[in-house]
Amino acid sequence: MTPKSATGIPALLKTAFVNALIALVLFSLMVGIRTEAGSDGQLTYWTRFGEVAALVAAVFGGSIVIELLRQWIGPAGADKLVPPVVQSGMSFVGRYLAPVLLVFTVMVPVIFYDQRYILDLGILVLTYVMLGWGLNVVVGLAGLLDLGYVAFYAVGAYSYALLATNFGWSFWVCLPLAGILAAFWGVLLGFPVLRLRGDYLAIVTLAFGEIIRLVIINWQDLTGGPNGVSGIPRPSFFGIPLDNSDSGLAAKLGIEYSSSHRIVFLFYLILALALLTNWVTIRLRRLPIGRAWEALREDEVACRALGINTTTTKLTAFATGAMFGGFAGAFFATRQGFISPESFTFQESALVLAIVVLGGMGSQLGVALAALAMIGGFELFRSLETYRMLVFGMAMVLIMIWRPRGLIGHRAPTVYLTKAQAISSDLVKEGHG
Amino acid sequence: MSGDKILSVDRLAMRFGGIVAVQDLSFAAERKKITALIGPNGAGKTTVFNCITGFYKPSGGTIQLTHDDGRVIALERLNDFRIAKQAKVARTFQNIRLFPGMTALENLMVAQHNALMRASGFTLLGLLGVPAYRDAEKRAIDLATDWLKRVNLLDRADDAAGNFAYGDQRRLEIARAMCTEPALLCLDEPAAGLNARESAALSELLLSIRNELGTSILLIEHDMSVVMEISDHIVVMDHGVKISEGSPREVRDDPKVIAAYLGTDEEEAVAVMESGS
Repeated sequence: MTPKSATGIPALLKTAFVNALIALVLFSLMVGIRTEAGSDGQLTYWTRFGEVAALVAAVFGGSIVIELLRQWIGPAGADKLVPPVVQSGMSFVGRYLAPVLLVFTVMVPVIFYDQRYILDLGILVLTYVMLGWGLNVVVGLAGLLDLGYVAFYAVGAYSYALLATNFGWSFWVCLPLAGILAAFWGVLLGFPVLRLRGDYLAIVTLAFGEIIRLVIINWQDLTGGPNGVSGIPRPSFFGIPLDNSDSGLAAKLGIEYSSSHRIVFLFYLILALALLTNWVTIRLRRLPIGRAWEALREDEVACRALGINTTTTKLTAFATGAMFGGFAGAFFATRQGFISPESFTFQESALVLAIVVLGGMGSQLGVALAALAMIGGFELFRSLETYRMLVFGMAMVLIMIWRPRGLIGHRAPTVYLTKAQAISSDLVKEGHG
Repeated sequence: MSGDKILSVDRLAMRFGGIVAVQDLSFAAERKKITALIGPNGAGKTTVFNCITGFYKPSGGTIQLTHDDGRVIALERLNDFRIAKQAKVARTFQNIRLFPGMTALENLMVAQHNALMRASGFTLLGLLGVPAYRDAEKRAIDLATDWLKRVNLLDRADDAAGNFAYGDQRRLEIARAMCTEPALLCLDEPAAGLNARESAALSELLLSIRNELGTSILLIEHDMSVVMEISDHIVVMDHGVKISEGSPREVRDDPKVIAAYLGTDEEEAVAVMESGS
């Protein structure tokens, strides 16, 4: 694609021709030649030049259409396309979106009481909302690119799993411990990466995530290695188990036992944990430490000139983010009842980071919407089978073209004299890494 | 020079590999006075600044800061944020370094980080929302408002700093440095890029900081109208060494200074001066 939009027919054709040429080079081997193992194991291949020609022609035609559309709409045309009535309607929706969403979330178990699939999906989405909010502290506020966030999720999950199975400690004792242990590992990761920025920081955090996973796989005596930890106790309602026994919650309340009770309980548990994360993050943003995180993202040198200890500021960001990851991990372990290293691969880190970036770095509502779109959207396309990833990937690309700074790109000030006005995303820095 | 010194630099040296940026530099800045550091481009002024404010570690020499209460702090032993936090030296930058995505008010609140951190019980008390922290925050906002008023930006308190005009950004950066309540304010070319009217306003602001608040100021400046108008003492550097110092009048008439600025020998400069006058 050419960087500047072409004007006039010759330039238009040139752009289309270049794109078609790139498509030809790419597709000639990928599509043009099909190889397969023959009946005796030998390699057989045949050519499919017709398909290549069709694809190249599609790219040629497609780039002309896109170029024309771009010229009609213009680079800054999105505002003009939307009439003012709709825009004011959008801002009205924007103001009440968060409370409506919250009320709806609280009502989900009531509305979909018997639909196990929806409740499970809701729990999954809320887990990622919580992870997204936790990572948002590190990436969105402090501007430190962390590609190994799953490590803290794993530390939290294994902390709870091992403490509960070995010592029989209850979930409510283990939950804070899992958070503290994850925060401790966050600080440990923080120390060596303090001097690193940008790509280097990303690489080291990525490696850290892999190290934790490999240690879990190889430390067989403690973690069970690739077999994982099974028989993790289910959460209890403050000591009262949620099962079919006489001492269970259903029996005590005198209601008929249903397996949905536990799911609904888990739903409200993760909702409470996610809201705690949100509340703490919003509070922290308005405290000096949160402002220092954001200032660090904006300009680290200026922070030092103002007497801010950048070392501790970065470490607290890592520790806070890691702690929320640890809470989410403990929840994950108690929900699954079984954990293994396979649940903590790099793909999870990438997914959570994608949620934060898609949501608009630093925006709490944006991250929640992005988690809903990513996890829920992924489920929505389930019927498309093999094309699911393709459609999902295309949707992501389109969203990032439409909103390059995420769903909610602007930044809300933490303190104001007369009127809080949103700060355009063009001014807000993304951090040095 | 006699009197009450706030900053004394003694035999300061700074080498980058084989390059000598500053050599054997000694000067002092008086308390509640404005001291200017001038010199042609590449004279080593910003290097001296970076040594004083802890961004560089000097290769040799000492930098001593004497507080009002008689406390003496060796700046060359402190590094980066501790100079601002403990020695109370604030600085601005040649290329403005505001937090562009934060509002003017937020910029000034970040400057009061250390005081607010203590008040918020290192976040824990603040998280619980104790009244003591709310009072401290209110006082911090009052101080910030006061400074916004002084630099004439009060009506733009809630605008993003990145949206400000160049001159406004310069003033906001000075206000931000002053919100750390420094003993010594170091300004790196505060008048660069300002028009004549803005320069005059800047001179007024700096004089008011000296006269009303009694903050000592050390500044690097190329704008001679500003330097000559407000400075109490001027140190002239060239090629990393001090070539002259004294009152604005003395420095202006020093042939060595003129020679350095014109890039000629001292004799020639004297000849130029004599033929001119």
